[in-house]
Formats: sequence, C-alpha cells, structure tokens
Amino acid sequence: MKNIVEVKNVYKQYGDYVALNGVSLQVPKGSIYGLLGPNGAGKTSLIRIINQITMPDSGEVILDGEPLQPKHVQQIGYLPEERGLYKTMKVGEQCLYLAQMKGLSKAEAKVQLEYWFDRLEIRGWWDKKIQELSKGMAQKIQFVVCVLHQPKLLIFDEPFSGFDPVNANLIKDEILELKKKGSTIIFSTHRMESVEELCDDIALIHKSNKLLEGPLQDIKRQFRTHNYEVGILTDQSEALLAELKQHFGVQPTQFKSLNNELQLQIQLNNASSNELLHALTQRGQVTHFVEKIPSVNDIFIQTVQNN
Amino acid sequence: MNIILLIIQREFLAKVRNKSFIVMTFLSPLLFVGIAAFVGYLSSIKSEVKTIAIHDASGLFAADFKNNEEYRYVNLSNTNLAVVKDSVVSEQYEGVLVIPAAVKNGMHENQIQFLSNDSPSISFLSDMESVLSHRLTQLNFQKANLDTLAIKKATADVSIGVAKATGESTVKGLNEMKIAIGGAFGYLIMMFIVIYGNMVMRSVIEEKTNRIIEIIISSVKPFQLMMGKIIGTSLAGVLQFIIWAILGFTFLTLSSVFFGTQATATPGLSPELMQTAQHEMSSSVFQYIQELWNLPIATILISFVVYFIGGYFLYSSFYAAIGAAVDNETDSQQFLLPIIMPLILGVYIGFFTVMNDPNGTIATVFSMIPLTSPIVMLMRIPFGVPTWQIVLSMAILFATFFLVVWFAAKIYRIGILMYGKKPTWKELYRWLKY
Repeated sequence: MKNIVEVKNVYKQYGDYVALNGVSLQVPKGSIYGLLGPNGAGKTSLIRIINQITMPDSGEVILDGEPLQPKHVQQIGYLPEERGLYKTMKVGEQCLYLAQMKGLSKAEAKVQLEYWFDRLEIRGWWDKKIQELSKGMAQKIQFVVCVLHQPKLLIFDEPFSGFDPVNANLIKDEILELKKKGSTIIFSTHRMESVEELCDDIALIHKSNKLLEGPLQDIKRQFRTHNYEVGILTDQSEALLAELKQHFGVQPTQFKSLNNELQLQIQLNNASSNELLHALTQRGQVTHFVEKIPSVNDIFIQTVQNN
Repeated sequence: MNIILLIIQREFLAKVRNKSFIVMTFLSPLLFVGIAAFVGYLSSIKSEVKTIAIHDASGLFAADFKNNEEYRYVNLSNTNLAVVKDSVVSEQYEGVLVIPAAVKNGMHENQIQFLSNDSPSISFLSDMESVLSHRLTQLNFQKANLDTLAIKKATADVSIGVAKATGESTVKGLNEMKIAIGGAFGYLIMMFIVIYGNMVMRSVIEEKTNRIIEIIISSVKPFQLMMGKIIGTSLAGVLQFIIWAILGFTFLTLSSVFFGTQATATPGLSPELMQTAQHEMSSSVFQYIQELWNLPIATILISFVVYFIGGYFLYSSFYAAIGAAVDNETDSQQFLLPIIMPLILGVYIGFFTVMNDPNGTIATVFSMIPLTSPIVMLMRIPFGVPTWQIVLSMAILFATFFLVVWFAAKIYRIGILMYGKKPTWKELYRWLKY
C-alpha cells in the first residue's frame, strides 16, 4: 500500500449545513501531509471522521488498506486544536489512563512515558496536577499523550499554537523524528511557514470541497509563473530596458541588496531563463537572479480567492 | 483491560478522592445528628404559659377549665365584659372565652365566643369545644332525667384490634412503621438520584469545558464513556452509603450499650419495679421486632437494590444527556425541571396516596410508571404487593431504561462536540435524528 489513508468521496452534513461535499484524499505513507483551508472549511470535520469521532453520511475511509474500524483508534494519535486535560488529575495518572484507553498495558505505558518524559525534560512533573502547570507545559503533556502509543498515523491540529518559539522548535524536531521512524503525519494548520518547512504533500479544502491536492513540489510547479527577480549593475539601463521589453514582461521591483543596482521583475514569456541571462550579461554585471517560486501562502490565497 | 472498566475506575477514583466527597461522607451524618438534636431541643423548650380569661355568665363551665402546662385559666365572670375585653386588647390576657347566660337553658350554644388578638391554634379551640360540649351533654342528660351513671356504664369504648386474615396477630402502629420503612427507602433513592445524577451531569460538563472530550472519544465510543461515567459515579455513591450504614450501625450499637448500662445503673428503683418495667417494654418491643421480621424483608431489600439500579440509571442517562447538551451548569436549569418533577411527584404520592390506600388505583398506576415506580413501589412493598405487579413494574422500568439510554447516547454523542450555543428542546429532538 502506498497510501496510509484514503478518503473516498466523503460527504457529511450537519442539519442543513454541508460540512464535506464529496471529499477524496490520498495520504502517502511516511509523509507529512498538510491539510490546509480557511476557518470553517471542513478540516476538523474530516479529521473527526478519520478519528471515528463522527461517521460520514456517505463515502468511506481506508486506513492502511482496511476500511476504518473501531480497532484502528489504537493506530491513530490525535492532537485536537482545542486542547484539554483533566485539571485535577495528576500528570502521570492522566497519561497512564489515556494511554490505556489507546490499548496500551499499564507496564508498556509506563515505559513509553519514561522515555518521553526524559526526552522532553519533564521528568519532575509526574505528581503535579494539570491545573498547576502553565499552558505551554500542559501542551507538552498533550503531545506526549498523542504519541505515546506509537501510532502509525498522527493527526496534529494546529500543533504549534500555544508554544513559545523554543518549545515550538522542540515539537517540530520531534515531529520530524517521528516521520523518520516511519509515522505518517497529517498536519492541519494556518501557519504557512511551517507547512513550507515540514510538508511533503498538501491538500487544500475550501467551503467543504477539496480544491488542491498533491506533493508540494508538484503544486508549486503548477502555480509557477516564470517570473524572475533580477539585479544588474549597468550604465546602459535605458538601452537594457528597451531591449528586455521586446522579449519579456518587465516591471520594476524591490528587494534587499548590498549594491545599488537596477532591480527588475521579469516575466519570461515562453523564453528560457538562459536567454534572459544572456541578454542581461551583455549589458552589465548580474548581481541577483532568482526564480520567484510561489509560496504556499500565495497558492492558498490565490486558490481561495478564485473560488 | 476492558475500556469501560478503565473509565469506571477513573470516574470512581475522581469522585472518591474529591475533597467534597470526603467532607460530605463524614460531615453529613454529624450534620444530620446535629439537626435532629437541635429539633429535639427546640421542641423540649416549654412555651410560655398563656393566660386565658373566662367570662361565664351562665356560671356552669368556669370550673371545668383546668390549668395545664400551656394554658392558665382565670375566671373573670364577675367582671364587666367590656373591662375584660379591654384587658385582652391591652394584652393582659391571651384571649377571653365569652359564654352568654342563655346557654344555661341548653340553647344558643353557638353564641359562645372566643375573643383574642392573635388567632388561636386549632387544637386549643377543639380542646375548649370538647370541654364545653361534654358539660352541655351532661346537663342535657340531667334535664331529660336520664341516669348519667347508667349512661356512663353503657358507653362503650371500642379499640379495633388489627389482625391478618391468615390468623397472625399484629400490633397497632404497624402501618406507620411500614410507611416509614418504605418511605425511607423511597426517599433514599430520590436523594441518591438527585445528588449523583447531578454529579454525572457535572462530570460531563467538566469534560466538555476542559475540552478533553475530543481526545477521549477519539479512543472510546461515547456510549462507553457515558456508561462508564454513570456506573463509576454510582459506585462512589454506593461506597458513601456503605460508610453511612457502618457509621449509623456503630452509632446505634454504641448508644444502646451506653444507654443500656445507664438504665440498669439507675438507682432508686426497686428491683421488682425494674423487672416489670423491663418485662413490659421487652414484650412490646419483642412484638414489634416480630412484626418487623414478618415484613417481606427479602423482597424489600432485593427490590430496593433493583429499583435503585434501574431508577438511578434511568435518571442519570437523562442527566448525562443534559450535561452533554449544555456548556455550563446554569444552562442546565431549563432541562432539569422536567426531571425533578416526577421525582417529587413520586415522593408525594408515596407519602399521601400510598399511606391512605397502598393498593388503590393511583398508587398502583404510579408504581408502574417508570419515572415514579422506584419510589412509589418501594413505599408499597412493605404493605404487601402481588409479585406479578413487582415483576411487571421492574420490567417496564428496565425496558424504559434501555430506551432512554439509547436516546441519551444519541444526544450525548452530538452534544459533547457542540460548543457555544444553548440548545433548545427542538434542537435536542433534531439531534436524535442525526
């Protein structure tokens, strides 16, 4: 099986409100899969269906080759967007309880907990109550609870919210480590820079429909505009501009630089980048030559606005 | 480990470790004893003696009113009535009983009046009435030349002896004892449902406001969580009852030992007197104990357990569904009222209807309706109820329980994930169809 999760034509309605309108997804095994979409797009509904918290009205979900069944909850770790733990329960007891619910024996759970408490440097918290911990500390516990039973599929809904930069980085490293060990991670977020950094594949859901899906690189290639940012030191700028405008789309632009050069954004117009470079080198010294790759943010906004 | 067991264990420990549980368990018996002692003390305080003036123009009755602990009578028949009235107004006397002279002729007895500032108690009035009518009757006998001695002799004083058709003799006051036993069990069930049902609801709301619910139901089914919660909470309640029972038993044993030794040590009583007193007491106590053993004790206890489980589960499913539907406790009020109503109704029917007519239509019907049957039927059982009725009532109760749990689980499943909006009855109905 190449895909760990296959969502097939899932439809979900709450009263008159359609939350998911025939959504299909394929999450490749071993990837970090970004589930993107504006608020209210249907991401949480989909995640809840994968977690078997709710049932789809129609359509089905395949987990690792099998239609979703109750036993599969043990193979999924879920970190919901709205975090919470029993406030008056002690950290250790609470973790043991939640781990046992995921099918671990008490002894197994203890071994795993020791490993994670060491790793996240929270060893001394075992007998503390959740209400004595700060929000960030509680989030760490929640992360541990989510990964404790070594699930093959991890679902993180906004995992970095509530963490300070140091801890956010710590969690990010753990997520990458989990991926290295073979877990697949579905990652729902609004923070595009972390998508850019972590995700191998993405899907974009908007107004209950899936608009985009695929490997991040492919999608970026699809949204490529063949625009180049160019910096050139020249004393013949008039002539250069006139020549460039014959073949390319030319616009002034600005970027940070150490030189006082001419800064342009150039649209290739079916020409190749070599041709542009050739034209430039004839007239002066090229200091900057970069293809403007669309950011996930750009893709997100562009796609959402077009629909 | 089985997941429901795990949930039951957590809920049980969470309740039992709670400080308020510990305080409640050990403080409320003290509180109960304290209140009982306080009430006893209050009733032992003698109220101040009230002075009643009697203005008896007929001169027939004044001597019949004897002073007692509460009332002192002053004969003011020779004083001007207007003056007596004034002294009542100035609160020298509590009131004045005015008997016109015409009463002497056996007429106008309805013109006797009692004048006072505050209205007199009903028992005081009826006491005075009986004194007056007794004297008037005697007078009428004399006037008709009837032999009062013969009449006295001929007057029969009937006291009905109560016995069962099967021939066993019983003691009087048994009905009171029966309603007390049934009432105690019925009331216990009601209290338990209200207290622990509320606990179930609060615990559901807690999970909702903590937002831990989403993590939990990504591991277990909402139904498992709900049942685990209901059972775990009820076990905490059972533990509390057991502790109370042990405390009560210890207290009773201790106090009987204490008072027992005190009684034998009482000096000044001749041994013979002591013996007869003890014999008399023990024979009537013995009879009561005999009667107690004649009650269907096994039936009572078994039905108590069955109705307890059925009634508690039925109501806590309601409570759990309500907890799931709302975001905080204040929002739950509108849904709680319809739940409390049948409970209160059950207790009222138990105390009034069952006591008057344990096997009447109303009592029978309400001991079948599942929302009231745990209370009403338990109150009826000490009076003797046909087995088929008990079995039918239990069957209805458990059938309803399964139905309600099924509905409650549906509301619960939807409700626990709904935030921010206080649902209406209409919405709850819609959730059932999701």
